[in-house]
Amino acid sequence: MESMLSFLLATLAAPLFPGIILKVKAFFAGKKGPPLLIKYYTLAKLLRKGSVYSTSTSFVFKMGPTVSFATALMALLFFPLAGVKPVFFFHGDVIVLFYIMGIGRFFTILAALDTASPFEGMGAAREAFFSTLAEATVFMVLILFYRMNGSLSFTDYFQSQNPITLMSPNGSLLLFVVVSMFMILLTENSRVPVDDPATHLELTMIHEVMILDHSGPDLALIELGAFYKLFFYAAFISHLLIPAKFAGGAAGGAVFVGTLAMIYVAIGVTESITARFKMNLVPKYILTSFALVTFAAILTTMGLV
Amino acid sequence: MANLLKIVNGERVDRAAIPMIDLDEFLQSLTDFVGEDGSVVQFFAYREGASNRLLAVLRNDDLFLIGTEVGESFPSLTRAGSKKFQLFEREIAEQYGIRPNGHPWLKPVRYHANYPGLPDIFGNDYAIDIPGNYEYFQVQGESIHEVAVGPVHAGIIEPGHFRFQCAGEEVLHLEIQLGYQHRGIEKMLTEVPQKRLPVICEGIAGDTSIGHNLCCCQAIEALAGLQVDRGASIVRVIALELERIANHIGDLGALSGDVAFNPPAAYFGRIRGEFLNLLQVLSGNRFGKGLLRPGGITQVMADEQRLLIAQKLSEVTPEIRNVCDLLFSAHTVQARFEHTGTVSLAAAKDLGLVGYAGRACGLAYDARIAFPTERYAVLPGNTNAVTNGDVNSRAEVRREEILHSLALIEMMLSQYEQTRQAVQMRRHELAPDALVVTVNEGWRGEVSHCVLTDQTGRIQRYKIKDPSFHNWMGLAMSLRNQEISDFPLCNKSFNLSYCGYDL
Repeated sequence: MESMLSFLLATLAAPLFPGIILKVKAFFAGKKGPPLLIKYYTLAKLLRKGSVYSTSTSFVFKMGPTVSFATALMALLFFPLAGVKPVFFFHGDVIVLFYIMGIGRFFTILAALDTASPFEGMGAAREAFFSTLAEATVFMVLILFYRMNGSLSFTDYFQSQNPITLMSPNGSLLLFVVVSMFMILLTENSRVPVDDPATHLELTMIHEVMILDHSGPDLALIELGAFYKLFFYAAFISHLLIPAKFAGGAAGGAVFVGTLAMIYVAIGVTESITARFKMNLVPKYILTSFALVTFAAILTTMGLV
Repeated sequence: MANLLKIVNGERVDRAAIPMIDLDEFLQSLTDFVGEDGSVVQFFAYREGASNRLLAVLRNDDLFLIGTEVGESFPSLTRAGSKKFQLFEREIAEQYGIRPNGHPWLKPVRYHANYPGLPDIFGNDYAIDIPGNYEYFQVQGESIHEVAVGPVHAGIIEPGHFRFQCAGEEVLHLEIQLGYQHRGIEKMLTEVPQKRLPVICEGIAGDTSIGHNLCCCQAIEALAGLQVDRGASIVRVIALELERIANHIGDLGALSGDVAFNPPAAYFGRIRGEFLNLLQVLSGNRFGKGLLRPGGITQVMADEQRLLIAQKLSEVTPEIRNVCDLLFSAHTVQARFEHTGTVSLAAAKDLGLVGYAGRACGLAYDARIAFPTERYAVLPGNTNAVTNGDVNSRAEVRREEILHSLALIEMMLSQYEQTRQAVQMRRHELAPDALVVTVNEGWRGEVSHCVLTDQTGRIQRYKIKDPSFHNWMGLAMSLRNQEISDFPLCNKSFNLSYCGYDL
């Protein structure tokens, strides 16, 4: 019951947080910025509209938004939000989860290629390349966690007798993970400095260009899916940052939401103080996150921590 | 060079004095002239009775004029002489159906039927809306792909078509096809009542309304023998510099926005508005429309306006410095700007780039210094410290020019005297059988108008050249072996005019 409730709350609250990023960016630019609830308004607007389909696309194009939304939703089903047991969990669920998210990306890429637009093909190629590199970092994190905690499940990571926290004996290694995962969060959710969600310049886009042809409710599903995905990554980092085991209840929830909000603020600050990388620098950036986690993993094998 | 007529910017020339020489000699003179670091200001055709004439305005340290009579074709100078002629020759072919034989890349400039109604050189049927009868340059190979962008773009910009030949992310070749905004301005200017000329010239390129209109007014003044008093000249300089600052600031903001560095984009956006508002204080229009008319200015700048401008300038100048520092000291921005979209000095010379695009490559030419009009002869010039030809240089040149222009306006305000009388547009008798060339440094670079009158004093040919005419090819060159994702940044760093080119 509690699991279901936390899951539902998360699905409802996820579109709120990107509003924080916009507010922070507006603050740095000396503007007022859009209202905090802007993303809800956008979703409502999109859902009221009809979808337009190019005659050159097939059923694959229509599947893209649905599948990518469904997979993003599943990510939240498996994640122990604010210390509450997730709706589903089993040994090895992390691996299943990251590959389910891979399926979502696969279908987004297929839908992009289905439009036969040169822009979308270009974006798809970039997305496929960069997320392949990002996967290496994610799995290196899982290897490190396995060494620290001996499990392959989110629930065990954060709620077992031996949770992964900054306070544990080898908790200092988590600093590497936090930095790396933040870099991966920016990469996977097409944020600056990897991608620019605000640009209108198709030639520079990575993720946005793949969804140019989607409209109306389809676009709403894609947007909502993107909010869930960002929420998932932010929640993941929050759990690493909160030092103690979750107290549960209202207090635990408040700490969780507070940390989450701070991560969104951090995204906004990053986007305000850095420019985008040149496209050919992005792989190096992603591999830097891989190197950091690998370094942490090596430290565990040497028994130094 | 002996057969060239040396002329003065904005001074009337009797058509009888124009050296009309033999075609071969003409071509040889042009080839020789550009061979010795000369540049082409104008090169165009016009009809004289039943025959075609070619006229060239050239520059090195001075302006020169030379003409010839030509039949249906002439040997291409692009092949024999310099790439500087390529677009001018294509324009001549399109406007008058005169074929430059052996032109390496003869294709339409703007897509319209030629003026005399001769068979079309490009084999186009202009009843069809979209320019389709043209095979774009193609690169072939296994991993080559072609990306077509425009003419409808995602941003609020003008229409133009861009074809990229890419190998993966790398651009091997970019071909730019414009002409979507062709309004037939040159032809229109010979047909409309004289009092409409400044109004139309203000609309040649909306962001250069002062620059183009200044050229138009100076041309009419030269042909009608009008004098502009010092006070009016000062206001003209201030208006031209305000236009320059507003556009440069807008561009720096847009460059910043293109690399997703938001704060300067927002600040510059606001500051640009301040300068447009100053133009409104001066003229009643945010783009300075209606301010310049032959003989002077339409609005007297009283003490109130002068103080308003001086006060606003002292307020925003430190802000501009601060935001520039923010932009140029951010290392992530530097990483994007430097070594992106580089045009070598050799290529820039070859193509004859003008304005900030040329200065960023090390071509120091500035029409305000070389051929000063109005008060520019007594004003100091500007020098550029960063001239590597990349996006960073084009941004740095803008920063330097903004600060230089601010100083110029301050100087003009301190030397201010009120114009004797505001002028309104009225019809002036133009000298018959005369020609005038006007050159001014618009914010984008060298703007030039050339007006020819017939024996009754009617305008027979009105030739306009926007700096974009020289510089579009520079943009294409800057993309060679660059990443396609850097195109918007390179494009913005040039920020060329579509409508100024399309006329």
